[in-house]
Amino acid sequence: MVEEAVRDWEFFLGHMNYWLFIVLMMTGFYIVVAKGNLVKKIVGLNIFQTSVFMFYISIGKVEGGTAPIFPVDMNIDPAVVYSNPLPHVLILTAIVVGVATTSLGLALIVRIREEYGSIEEDEILKIEKEIALQEIRLHSEVMGERG
Amino acid sequence: MSTETVHHTALTLADHLPALQVLVPFIAAPLIVLFGRRGIAWPIALASSATAFAVSILLLSRVIDGSVISYHMGGWEPPLGIEYRVDAANAFVLLLVSAMSTLVLLFARESVEAEVSARHHALFYSAYLLCLSGLLGVAITGDAFNVFVFLEISSLATYVLIAQGSERDKRALTASYDYLIMGTIGATFFVIGIGFLYMATGTLNMADIADRISEQGSNRTIRAGFAFIVVGVGLKVAMYPLHSWLPNAYTYAPSMVTAFLAATATKVAIYVLLRFVFTVFDPGFLFEFNTLGYIILPLAIVAMFAASFIAVFQSDFKRMLAYSSVGQIGYILLGIAMLSQTGLTAAIVHLFNHGITKAALFMAVGAFVLTAKGSFYNDIQGLGRRMPLTSAAVVVGGLSLIGVPGTAGFVSKWLLVEAALENGWWPVALLVVASSLLAVIYVWRVLEVLYMQPTPDGSTVQEAPMSMLAPMWIAALACVYFGLDTDVTLTAAATAAEGLLAGSTGLQ
Amino acid sequence: MRHHLILRVVTKLLIGSIMIFALYVQFHGDYSPGGGFQAGVIMAVGFIIYGVVFSLEDVQRVFPPWLVHKLAALGVLLYAGTGIVSLFLGYSYLDYTALSPHHPVHGQHYGIILVELGVGITVTGVMVTIYYAFTSRTPIMDDEAW
Repeated sequence: MVEEAVRDWEFFLGHMNYWLFIVLMMTGFYIVVAKGNLVKKIVGLNIFQTSVFMFYISIGKVEGGTAPIFPVDMNIDPAVVYSNPLPHVLILTAIVVGVATTSLGLALIVRIREEYGSIEEDEILKIEKEIALQEIRLHSEVMGERG
Repeated sequence: MSTETVHHTALTLADHLPALQVLVPFIAAPLIVLFGRRGIAWPIALASSATAFAVSILLLSRVIDGSVISYHMGGWEPPLGIEYRVDAANAFVLLLVSAMSTLVLLFARESVEAEVSARHHALFYSAYLLCLSGLLGVAITGDAFNVFVFLEISSLATYVLIAQGSERDKRALTASYDYLIMGTIGATFFVIGIGFLYMATGTLNMADIADRISEQGSNRTIRAGFAFIVVGVGLKVAMYPLHSWLPNAYTYAPSMVTAFLAATATKVAIYVLLRFVFTVFDPGFLFEFNTLGYIILPLAIVAMFAASFIAVFQSDFKRMLAYSSVGQIGYILLGIAMLSQTGLTAAIVHLFNHGITKAALFMAVGAFVLTAKGSFYNDIQGLGRRMPLTSAAVVVGGLSLIGVPGTAGFVSKWLLVEAALENGWWPVALLVVASSLLAVIYVWRVLEVLYMQPTPDGSTVQEAPMSMLAPMWIAALACVYFGLDTDVTLTAAATAAEGLLAGSTGLQ
Repeated sequence: MRHHLILRVVTKLLIGSIMIFALYVQFHGDYSPGGGFQAGVIMAVGFIIYGVVFSLEDVQRVFPPWLVHKLAALGVLLYAGTGIVSLFLGYSYLDYTALSPHHPVHGQHYGIILVELGVGITVTGVMVTIYYAFTSRTPIMDDEAW
């Protein structure tokens, strides 16, 4: 019984990075889905993406490994263990993509606020519904009973 | 370090075709910004797209016999380096993308002139070329992470292009924003999936991943990766419940952007799905079998009906076509879910046929938007007599959408029915036919509006200019041509399907 | 922020060292941590801090928006152009060996320096473009109204 509990606890601790990844990911995801403010959605999206970055970086860690930088004279000591640099490189790319997405999203929000006068999703939806109703009214006026 | 003499045989231009496929539009994009003149933006864009088209024809002619071309980026051998890998399946997709892009660009000039403000033209074409090179890159690369990078290049450019529709309708901005949120979630899911595969196999080269998965068999990490990838790509494909970004994005984007996206973007995403489902994961993978049979198959059938049903009740021609696209994607997914040679051939042929059909129809929408200032049924009523050529193109495209014999749409639907019967799924075959009836209704509504309604008094609408009619009719005639002469498409699709079903050929 | 004398003096002192540091990070990128991305952002920060503390007009006089756009495009071309050179010399795209066929390690160095320079120029351009795009919008209320 006790042994099992210890094993479970060790399993839990041993996979700490995954638990944190899941918590962070779900936090971000929840914000994207639940919040009505467009800027907050972008913040949520950032947290969501960051969780993935952390996940990648944590799987690149080699136990006892140091930063993967070779000495300048290239005298590489075979006894030194290096962490896996590949996930870091991948995430560098993903971070750049994330920056581009964030700035594009914010730029869209600026334009949306200029056009709609709001950055709250429900208010924007109300305005859009109004426009759609007008379109349908116009359509049915012109098309007669077939509209 | 001593001087090393490296033996090296010089590569010729013909060896560089896979790199040039992506590079030509990719270099043209910053060139347009560097020159900054809007007068030369369009010629540069057209020239680079046409070059990419020529390259894709050469590539397809080399791999149509089932061989594989592998190009090593930076001279690094795979699996360490990034590999561009061309086989029949992606050469076919490359051809579709670059051909549609060239056609749409021919059409674009007047349309963009009318719908996008002049000071944005250079940047608009630059974004368009980035989108094109992103899509070509997704199709050509053999590296899983590279797929993500190119997917994001094309997606970010797509969001920008859709937002350009805000000159006509401000809802383009929210449509673009919604797509940005959903597209980014999809792409991030895809990255998580690749992360899991990397954890399980330690490599990113798709052929190498496939080898290692078949060596070590499936485990929970790989299954989780598979699930994340299917959902992530599913968002980009607009697989039925994940399609909610598509109708608004297609409706409010500038006409040429819609024509291009409808013909290529979702198709490339479907290619990614095919590549992962069949090459990276073994088709015999039980988990995959269940996913296809119990999740994708029912969703595809729901899409065929629900989206077509919604399309019937639209009063905007462009929006109707957008919903019809969601329905048509259902047919393609259905073909994939059959997991058979015929089914897969049907899916790939439909991918191509639906691409050209939708290109023709959305170009017609662009012509209506230019001349009649809108695509609502009240804007286009009675235009059958005033714009006879555009309306005739709508008729041809519409018939192909329904799947009338003699058009491209018929070939792929016929194959789909055949594949369903081959599997003994006769109810599915009946459903394919039944859902085509819905297509008859929504296409009929448009034709009725165009030909049977009187033209409003005082309407001064003229036929669209020649530069728009020509590409529109090339696409429309292609619908007829590929409906009558099925040799080219069927051979290419059958080779591609065979290659995909054989699973990975491994690293060479 | 015209009236913040200390801020203005400190900023003027800082900008020089920020830019030198950016160049250091840029050209040490092939030996040590660093490279175009980081250097580009640091370089852009030099301009952005000038814009924040002084004014948008001031920084745009030094670094006009049209130039920023062209630089962003030029950097990408420099990167891609390096690859094109190796392509025409009969090597794979971006195979830096082409730049020094008898001494591939040197070729790698040249290639990395050129490519990182391209990245650095583009990132600077893009970061400053983003800053300009957001700050040049008219705000809903003045700074004074806060």
